[in-house]
Amino acid sequence: MMIFLRRILALAIKEFLAILRDKKSRFILIGPPLAQLLIFGYAATFDLNHIPVAINNEDRGQAARALIARISASPHFDVVANIDRDAAIVPVIDNKQALVMVHIDTQFSDDLKSGRGAVAQIIIDGRNSNTALLAMGYLRTIFNDYNRDWLREHGATGPPAVLRIRPWYNENLLSRWFVVPGIVGLLSLVVTTIVTGLSVAREREAGTFDQLLVTPMRPAEILVGKAIPGVVIGLVEGSLILLLVVFWFEIPLRGSLGALYLGFFLFLLSAVGVGLMISSLARTQQQGILGAFLFLVPAVLLSGFATPIANMPEIVQQLTLINPMRYFMIILRGVFLEGDSYALLWQQYWPMAIIAFVTLIAAAVLFRWRSAA
Amino acid sequence: MSRQSVARRRLLGMIRKESLQIIRDPSSIAIAFIMPVVLLLLFGYGVSLDARHVPIAIVVEQADGQTVSLGAAFSHSEYFSPQYFATIQRAQKAFDAREVFAIVWLKNDFSDHLRRGDSGGIGVIVNGVDANQARISEGYIEGVWQTWLLSYIDQQDLNLSLPLTMQSRLWFNAAVSSRNFLVPGLIAVIMTLIGAMLTAMVVAREWERGTMEALLVTPIRINEIIVGKLLPYFILGMGGMLLSVAMAVGLFGVPLRGSFLLLVATSALFMLVTLGMGLLISIVAKNQFIAGQIAIIVTFLPAFILSGFIFQIDAMPEFIQWLTLLIPARYFVNILQTLFLAGNIWPIILANAAALAVMMLVFLGLARHKMHKRLQ
Repeated sequence: MMIFLRRILALAIKEFLAILRDKKSRFILIGPPLAQLLIFGYAATFDLNHIPVAINNEDRGQAARALIARISASPHFDVVANIDRDAAIVPVIDNKQALVMVHIDTQFSDDLKSGRGAVAQIIIDGRNSNTALLAMGYLRTIFNDYNRDWLREHGATGPPAVLRIRPWYNENLLSRWFVVPGIVGLLSLVVTTIVTGLSVAREREAGTFDQLLVTPMRPAEILVGKAIPGVVIGLVEGSLILLLVVFWFEIPLRGSLGALYLGFFLFLLSAVGVGLMISSLARTQQQGILGAFLFLVPAVLLSGFATPIANMPEIVQQLTLINPMRYFMIILRGVFLEGDSYALLWQQYWPMAIIAFVTLIAAAVLFRWRSAA
Repeated sequence: MSRQSVARRRLLGMIRKESLQIIRDPSSIAIAFIMPVVLLLLFGYGVSLDARHVPIAIVVEQADGQTVSLGAAFSHSEYFSPQYFATIQRAQKAFDAREVFAIVWLKNDFSDHLRRGDSGGIGVIVNGVDANQARISEGYIEGVWQTWLLSYIDQQDLNLSLPLTMQSRLWFNAAVSSRNFLVPGLIAVIMTLIGAMLTAMVVAREWERGTMEALLVTPIRINEIIVGKLLPYFILGMGGMLLSVAMAVGLFGVPLRGSFLLLVATSALFMLVTLGMGLLISIVAKNQFIAGQIAIIVTFLPAFILSGFIFQIDAMPEFIQWLTLLIPARYFVNILQTLFLAGNIWPIILANAAALAVMMLVFLGLARHKMHKRLQ
């Protein structure tokens, strides 16, 4: 038993040295992920500010001016153009000079005063449907406020009831709070998969792999020795990113850190399992990179990192059940924002444990098969 | 034989050699054709921002005609599938377990308040973790509520009208389908991957094996090496591109409103940019391990996050917006979204194509320069 542990430890140390000795690969493990966290942490936002608006106001009255004043006072909108002829509307939207066009016709103030009800026409550039929906939502809020104040000023009765919508867990609906915790999973997945995915292929190409096979180490031991550096590097890198997420981006960490790390460990085990499977299959580093890539791209896009899994068609949703990142995304957001502890996260732990178990066993089998061949 | 025709024969020989190499190692062909099909299928269906049938809890403390009709209004909307709870505690439990996304709380005096018009507000709780989905769902909840309220006012013969209403029209994408803008963007992301990865890895292998240096002892010129190396991959990449466009239109039903020729021309330009990028990476990296890492770092994630494919560039902080100017996919995403959804909007196409042309010259020029140095 002691010999067994010592052998594995020796191999793990050798692996660490192989990865960390080379200056370039050391830099690549640390530099780009941190730079990416900082860049993506700021870039990956769905929130809109300063949406460019063009106004086409044909009404001379005070009521129209008050509406426009509300739009330009909103932090979400910037009035970038005043249009005075219909022909100018199309190019303003087409050329993306403005995302929204508000048209107020000559009857506006009269309609409002007479109680017939006034209508403002809105044209929104729908090329990005998400942005369009958000812009419409912001405008609706401005219109609702306008109505409420108008009714109050004129002593008229408003609607019999209104909704009071309150968001929980992310009270100001900052999409940064949603995206940035996800980056922890994203970057540690990329680093771990690449470290483990290339580890065997690199030795195969250098010819040192055959030397490893003639040592008294059994294939399973070699595999464990190669798995340890992946998990450790992932944990260290992930912890570094977590620190930045909490202290630099100031995302509230409301739940149990232990629950987060339990999930993180299981997640890394399954990433290492996949990485080693790729590693034992790949004959060359090129195949290793390609394999890592073919796993990473779908794993990231189908994890719920940017677009919700609930929006996917049923069959794709079923497919995401084998994606370990899917579970870790829920754990990250659950612990950070919803303040979850172990009890609420069991549903996420056990599938990752199964994925880790299956991929590690599969890696061992493939490894034996490939080294026998 | 004239010098010109010798040069042409040299170049043709080089292209022939490269093409044979590709044909004999079918993995490049697989990358160029199978990868776009698989990725586009998976993501075209998988990546969507359109929420449909969002599970919401409606707490009905005392059922009557009004609560039933409000519940029906939610079930009729394609955006929601309501579940009913008798107490707020039970709804809260489902909310914590992420079984429902929102709670609409109709207290036992809901109908009385409605009649008297003094409710002070119906409580709605939304799970705000995914801020974007929360905001869009809020909009839809408001929408269902407004429609229901108007019919209620109508039914009760109340003399009430809203002073100001909004009549909105969405241009270019009347169905408000996120697929229409995501699929063209995906094509740009996928083509970045394929173009840069393919050349970076393949050429790095040649550096590693020393076959690149072996070319040096032949009389072939550097320009000829570059053209000979890139042309076969250019053709492969364009094949993959056309396949993607065919899938976008035929399978995903994304309208192609601009000119097809313009699409091909701008795609060719973009292809050259990514191939130049791949070539440059391979020269700088010296080995496959580093080349692969750099290719992943500078292609996939930036094309995904900084290109405007999913996150709007205007919404990013100023310095990140400057940074996106360095991402070639950014220009191509803009061109594709415009050509597919809006048509030949020349100011946008020309400006972005000009930026791509500059990037192409820079990448290919740098690659040529570095290659020259390396071969000496």
